[in-house]
Amino acid sequence: MPRLVSHPDEVKIVTRRFGQGAANIDRYLELGGYEAAKKCLARGPEWVITEMKASNLRGRGGAGFSTGMKWSFVPKQSAKPKYVLVNGDESEPGTCKDHLIFLHDPHAVIEGTIIAGVAIGAKTGFIYLRGEYRYLLEIMEKAVADAYGRGFLGKNIFGSDTEFQIITQSGAGAYEVGEESALMESLEGKRGVPRIKPPFPAVVGLYGGPTIINNAETIATVPHVITMGAEAYSAVGTPRNGGTRLFGLSGHVERPGVYELPMGYNLKKMIYDVGGGIRGGRKLKAVVPGGSSTPVLLPEEIENLGMDFDQVGKAGSMLGSGGVVVIDDQTCIVEFALRTISFYQHESCGWCIPCREGTDWLKKSLTRFHAGFGVAADIDNIQYLAENMMGRTFCPLGDAAAMPTLGFVKKFRKEFEDHLNGKPCPFAEHVELAVV
Amino acid sequence: MSPKETSAETMTLFSPRLAARLDALVGKYPVRRSALVPMLLYAQDEVGYLSDSVIAEVAHRIGISELDVRNVATYYSMLRFKPAGQYNIQVCTNISCMLRGAYDLYERFQEELGIGHKGVTADGVFSLEEVECIGACCWAPAIQVNYDFHDDLTPDQVPGILGQYRNHLQNEEKNA
Repeated sequence: MPRLVSHPDEVKIVTRRFGQGAANIDRYLELGGYEAAKKCLARGPEWVITEMKASNLRGRGGAGFSTGMKWSFVPKQSAKPKYVLVNGDESEPGTCKDHLIFLHDPHAVIEGTIIAGVAIGAKTGFIYLRGEYRYLLEIMEKAVADAYGRGFLGKNIFGSDTEFQIITQSGAGAYEVGEESALMESLEGKRGVPRIKPPFPAVVGLYGGPTIINNAETIATVPHVITMGAEAYSAVGTPRNGGTRLFGLSGHVERPGVYELPMGYNLKKMIYDVGGGIRGGRKLKAVVPGGSSTPVLLPEEIENLGMDFDQVGKAGSMLGSGGVVVIDDQTCIVEFALRTISFYQHESCGWCIPCREGTDWLKKSLTRFHAGFGVAADIDNIQYLAENMMGRTFCPLGDAAAMPTLGFVKKFRKEFEDHLNGKPCPFAEHVELAVV
Repeated sequence: MSPKETSAETMTLFSPRLAARLDALVGKYPVRRSALVPMLLYAQDEVGYLSDSVIAEVAHRIGISELDVRNVATYYSMLRFKPAGQYNIQVCTNISCMLRGAYDLYERFQEELGIGHKGVTADGVFSLEEVECIGACCWAPAIQVNYDFHDDLTPDQVPGILGQYRNHLQNEEKNA
């Protein structure tokens, strides 16, 4: 069972009900659950969308797009049914926040989905969980059945004349399916390859109908925004970055865990105060600030860095999924880069050539490099390859592989050079022989 | 594909419980085919892998060709076409787990079981896999045994975990 952690600096909004038995529907109701959904039904779609826009809630999946804005793109009239899709395919290395949401507060996901349905005029919502999360899917299925039992879902939700159905879905192992259009393909019973955009999902999405797709954390946040009011929620964060975020601290920190901190919280403080500093009294070497696809940051770059979408973007990286991976000074960056790229090589769906070939080539180069068979030109080649993958694929997976690679090569060039001329890796215990 | 006389219910190779579950599954979606991916996974949970006959039955239940089913099934990393052990041990070695000793853990599993990546023990009880991120980064290093998570592990705990599953199996056999 995943351990829950706590820190005095936390602002518990989304995690407010964690550890309180809220997976039970009666307990959820006792804790104020489903009031936000009733309020939204009473106030109507336009009010909900205005409120969401004003809250400055931005997508928690990684892109950080305004949730209210996304919902407003859905046409009011549509010949085809509209859909709400909850993305619980959580697979970005370093990220495990949705895991806790499904475990501790499944009804918040259901309630958020209902509200999204009210906002765009959809009658059906899908909650898609990665296949590995079977025990969490069972929790979600039980919660959905309980919500049907109370009349919170079905033909006449909360006794109104509004219909809303929720269908849960299991994936079967594929990082790529976390990309919105690939998720729709998977949900339609196909290989999870991305679709070309435009048209965007808000116009042509699942089964060809207008669809909004939001990350599970975003959806679980929605009822709290409604309960607190947009203004109060927005005031918690920084300008244009409303509220809190579930930061997943992992790697070489003393107290890893998922912490809910206000947007804009200082990264150095997060690592040293909240996370208890670097494990074993070692020194910080680097931080991956928002899941494995975000470019690495150096200790000097995090001194005054507030963790919100805009500030981390300005620092040359991304807030991404909020997965903060802390790396100590005994770690080989070449090995870390290789493990990162091996993941993207494994997960590339093969649809676009720059991603399929690029990740494979990068993995081979880095494997050879780490094993001590690299040549000086490889460093520039790795950079050249990564630069040429950027922006040349249907979906962001190619970028997700290229961006961290560029970060590692540019910021740790010396460490790459230290692996040249057959020198053994100064850190690694697990050098694989190059088979290239 | 020639039209089959028998209904899915009469030709099934699945247990009555699973067959009923799959019958319900195809009716759940606006489009029948949406049941494909979960159906393959649930069938694999019972049969152990996607055998030719599993693929044939799933194709029949959805109403698509076997080739179409294979085309989709080969995309998803959890779906397999060969039997695994009764307990499939999946060790995450992705970055967060790696930083906290996942490779030492993985090596210990290899030593204890005498098998490597995607290997199955001679008695068919265990199989081993090195897998990508399983979403337990803050409780690393973590593994999954079938669908059960075990987190915050050290290599010393490996024999205990294996023993726990061996006991579980013995108890099941006794009860059966």
